[in-house]
Amino acid sequence: MNILNPNTLNLPKALVTLIAGALFGFGLSLATMVQPEVVLSFLRFEDWGLMLVMGGAAGLSLVAYKGFPHWLSRPLLGGKFLTQPAIWNRQTVIGSAIFGVGWGLSGVCPGPAIAALGTGNTDILWALGGIVMGGLAHGLTAQE
Amino acid sequence: MNFINTLFPLGLQHYLLGGLTIGAGVALLYLFNGWVGGMSSVFSSSWSWVSKRTFFQQARFVDTRSWRLIYALGVVLGALVWRFTLAAGETQHTSVPVWQLLVGGFLVGYGARLGNGCTSGHGICGLGSLQLPSLGAVLTFMATAFLTANLMAWSLA
Repeated sequence: MNILNPNTLNLPKALVTLIAGALFGFGLSLATMVQPEVVLSFLRFEDWGLMLVMGGAAGLSLVAYKGFPHWLSRPLLGGKFLTQPAIWNRQTVIGSAIFGVGWGLSGVCPGPAIAALGTGNTDILWALGGIVMGGLAHGLTAQE
Repeated sequence: MNFINTLFPLGLQHYLLGGLTIGAGVALLYLFNGWVGGMSSVFSSSWSWVSKRTFFQQARFVDTRSWRLIYALGVVLGALVWRFTLAAGETQHTSVPVWQLLVGGFLVGYGARLGNGCTSGHGICGLGSLQLPSLGAVLTFMATAFLTANLMAWSLA
């Protein structure tokens, strides 16, 4: 990794990353998204709160992703405003469909599964273990 | 008012505040570092420390694996802070059966990595950067999740 790589990590960037993650984890917990029961009640059309969570988060992200590169020439700690283009293909459709089945079965997705280590909800560690193994299974069978 | 109570029987303030806090984290990571903070990539990038397989050794995982792990550590930290402040240290539990957590988790991990994103990657970062493929991904996983959750509820009723 060289100095020109926009992913280069230094101490200030590591601190910001930790704080950004902490906001993410605190927000997930505050919004009760760390409780599979709440997620499942959304998926059964009993409580539409998840729409507000995703809407609020995506709304602020929209301001960030469209605004910052417009107002600033580079991120405050240097590097480059990276983009992560999503691609519409068979893998995206099939992967998302499989993801949805797992999400509907467990009520857990990757963020809340990680947050469970902090909330102390040890039951959810079963789901975290499943996700870790699912990620491995995908990488081992992925076509290069 | 009744309409709102029907849609949000547990109230809506905590959902909005929580969502905005998540968004603030994503925005902060972009403002200072220029990085897009979806959650599921860490479940591929971290394997690059263990597996020498070319899939895991791609630059997009190796170059980001350190910050993605720190980001995940931050999520744990934020949840810890919540637990010992707002939740008053109370231990959390779920009544979802273990097999559903384990099998569901496996499908979540496999599917999110095959589809290149999860509820945060496509749902927050992808929609936040106005990407149509992410909207397609969100509609797809919402549809199969609605079906699965309702089928499970009916089969147990």
